[in-house]
Amino acid sequence: MPISVKFFASLKESLGVSETTLDDGDLQSVGDVWQRATSDAPAPTNLLCAVNHEHVDWDHPVSAGDEVAFFPPVTGG
Amino acid sequence: MRVRLMPAPYDPWSELAAYEAKHLDTGAHGACCAFSGSMRDFNQGDTVDTMTLEHYPGMTEKQLEAIIDDAMAEWPLLDALILHRVGEITPGETIVLTACWSAHRAAAFDACRFLMEALKTRAPFWKKETLADQSERWVDSNTPG
Repeated sequence: MPISVKFFASLKESLGVSETTLDDGDLQSVGDVWQRATSDAPAPTNLLCAVNHEHVDWDHPVSAGDEVAFFPPVTGG
Repeated sequence: MRVRLMPAPYDPWSELAAYEAKHLDTGAHGACCAFSGSMRDFNQGDTVDTMTLEHYPGMTEKQLEAIIDDAMAEWPLLDALILHRVGEITPGETIVLTACWSAHRAAAFDACRFLMEALKTRAPFWKKETLADQSERWVDSNTPG
């Protein structure tokens, strides 16, 4: 199963993409997903990451079928 | 439902009363503490015309439910409620309502504050402002308190 990748808010606009899918192949971590999905774009210092709707770190492992998301600091409320 | 995303303007106090009438046993709670947050028409020295609240469907609801679970585990609450607006909003409209019910006031007061502060760091919502000159900008951080 592929890995689905989503981007939100200002990050979605700056990258010009809201979602994509990747072959899970050699992807080990959230950081790997970022690099593949963005063609090695520099990661913003305040970048937040989620896997399957849970907040995770850059080094968190990923596996086939995961939904990985990247977004800026949240500003609700 | 303890968590609802609201796509249209709503009255937080009638929602609060309706939820309490439906979900809380009469006489069981001695305290209800509620916080309502609404949209200002100014931010960082500029006049703000409208604001768009983006969210992450699925994760937003899951995180809000988890925040309520954490509050219920930490304090002796009878129930809790979070409503949050999504989409385009205008000044004066309610963005968020958090409410907690408990037998005594301390738990309701403390847990209600916790819900708001946790929401502001864990729930994936993002605000984009449209200013008076129709330029747009993302809100990049929360105000301290």
